[in-house]
Amino acid sequence: MDAAVAEVTNSYLAAFDTAGRSTSEPKSRPGLRREAMDRFAALGFPTKRHEDWRFTNVGPLGRSEYSLAVTPGKVTLEDLSLWIYPDMARAVFVDGHFVAELSDLEGLPEGVRVGGLAEALADGDTVAHEQLGRYASFDEQAFVALNTALFADGAFVSVPRRVVVERPIQLVFVTGPEAHRMCFPRNLIVAGEASQVTLIETYAGLGEDNFTCPVTELVADAGAVVDHYRLQQERTDATHIALQHYHCERDSNVSSHSLSFGGALVRNDVRAVLDGEGVECTLNGLYLTRGRQHVDNHMWVEHAKPNCNSYELYKGILEERSRAVFNGLIHVHHDAQKTDAKQTNRNLLLSADAMVHTNPQLVIHADDVKCTHGSTVGQLDADAVFYLRSRGISEEAAKSLLIYAFARDIVDRVRVEPVRKDLEEFLFSRLPKGEIVRQAV
Amino acid sequence: MLKIDNLHVSIDDNEILKGLDLEIKAGEVHAIMGPNGSGKSTLAQVLAGRDAYEITAGTVDFQGEDLLDMEPEVRACEGVFLAFQYPVEIPGVSNTYFLKAALNAVRKHRGLQELDAMDFLKMVRERMKMVEMDESLLNRPVNEGFSGGEKKRNEIFHMSVLEPKLAVLDETDSGLDIDALRIVANGVNALRSPDRSFLVITHYQRLLDYIIPDFVHVLVDGRIVRSGGKELALELEERGYGWLEAEVAKSPVAANSVGA
Repeated sequence: MDAAVAEVTNSYLAAFDTAGRSTSEPKSRPGLRREAMDRFAALGFPTKRHEDWRFTNVGPLGRSEYSLAVTPGKVTLEDLSLWIYPDMARAVFVDGHFVAELSDLEGLPEGVRVGGLAEALADGDTVAHEQLGRYASFDEQAFVALNTALFADGAFVSVPRRVVVERPIQLVFVTGPEAHRMCFPRNLIVAGEASQVTLIETYAGLGEDNFTCPVTELVADAGAVVDHYRLQQERTDATHIALQHYHCERDSNVSSHSLSFGGALVRNDVRAVLDGEGVECTLNGLYLTRGRQHVDNHMWVEHAKPNCNSYELYKGILEERSRAVFNGLIHVHHDAQKTDAKQTNRNLLLSADAMVHTNPQLVIHADDVKCTHGSTVGQLDADAVFYLRSRGISEEAAKSLLIYAFARDIVDRVRVEPVRKDLEEFLFSRLPKGEIVRQAV
Repeated sequence: MLKIDNLHVSIDDNEILKGLDLEIKAGEVHAIMGPNGSGKSTLAQVLAGRDAYEITAGTVDFQGEDLLDMEPEVRACEGVFLAFQYPVEIPGVSNTYFLKAALNAVRKHRGLQELDAMDFLKMVRERMKMVEMDESLLNRPVNEGFSGGEKKRNEIFHMSVLEPKLAVLDETDSGLDIDALRIVANGVNALRSPDRSFLVITHYQRLLDYIIPDFVHVLVDGRIVRSGGKELALELEERGYGWLEAEVAKSPVAANSVGA
């Protein structure tokens, strides 16, 4: 660890001393925060020498001074209008803290709890106390350690057994108007046996140069059906380093959609553990980058039990000098026979200066499995562009059609209509001739 | 309608077309035949505006305007259509989206109103029948997973929707069985009209049994070495291209004798 980084690490330790200690922790894991802080102190920030961080430099974090957001900044509902879906139940978190006045949690089915994690811990919610911190390991993950040590609050969603939540729930995480703040939202989502829920996690920001480091633990109990969306819409000067951990019990069906457009430096670790037979886990992702944005998706799918399916499709469209990293590991355990795992990463580079590192990996310890992976990096097909132009479509419109076509299967997989419409509109707005594509599709 | 004068075209410093002259009047059907590598497809691609080719000399006049100065999409809007020898597969763009975008672009350029969804669908269904294409192909991505015959029929279908003034068919017959060939030819014949011209590029005389040309030209080594009526095609069928190639080898400036 060099001196500058050591100093910054020390400032996080100091933050822990002022803020972290006082906050509650799960009864099932006394001393969790201290343990996490000690682990972070031992690990330090990852450097490019770490295999998992070869292409993503978190050095800028070491050069910035962020102050821990101890209280939420001032934000009005109007400030959020760009990001909220009016017809959904909504919990809003400003700088990582639940803000009841900005939330709308009327009409949820009986027994469903949605709100702040700190409050759930304070009033002794059994699910929160039992489940928090059980899944997201920080042994090797410095940022998970940091989040575990420093989180103040975050989302807590608990859906009891056999309850179907028809209306999607939106969890809005926004950084307030102040600059150079950091927050560590900690989210726990527990879908009980045979329950069903759709969640939209939105990340957005108002203030300059903020650092958000969320950890989401999502537990799908036996037979639960969970549709989880993650919308990265932060300012293009934001730093975002996140983990989503999906713990899937027997016969559960979990789909994850990661739509990443914002942020300057974005790292999403996605870890799915298929820990019961008959799990179906779908991981879709789309990242659009431009300027000097850097987006890194690190996927880790663990098939621990037999007869599970996982389908991963991540696509990237890179413009200008932007960078993307995709690392996809599928790990099939010894007794996870009849695993069907498919992983695809496709990248479209729209500029000669854009760059992507893609690295699919399979580690298979069972002998009766079907595993495939593939990754491609390419440009728009010149033959296709000419073919379209020869039929009267302008060059820009031809390119727009082809770019939209590239992203389209991810769009089609979005089952929540307002999210899909939003995504379509966003794509149209990013295409040179989006209007023509809108009319054509 | 189209006047090509002394056209020289190179690709990667290789001269492919070496002074090609051709005039097509409104309503005429011209066939260009020739051995492989003679420059037939180059001519088709150059007319459609492919930028991989370098035009080193010559002019192409289309309805009084400089065709070579136009972008590919402007040529299409002005009424040039190329049926590709190898139609391109475009995953994710359905045949309908594509045609709607193309037709609207072309109509807009011609000062016509865009068709509404109902009228568009009605027209499209009608034209599909003409080339005996299955309606399910409408909603499939352009050419993706189409058989060779389906791709060629799809080209003729696009042509029938876009209603060009000059249609260039680049070996649309190659790889087709006789039934598919008839369907394609019927599609072309249905579109023949006094103000629409065709340039049919083919390697085989067979297609010309179904699309009867007004003129047949033989392209050898980048130049038209012989022009004639439809009977020239039959002569080529019998004698092959060897005798013409030999003549060209003997005299570098080939006699451009008109037989009809």
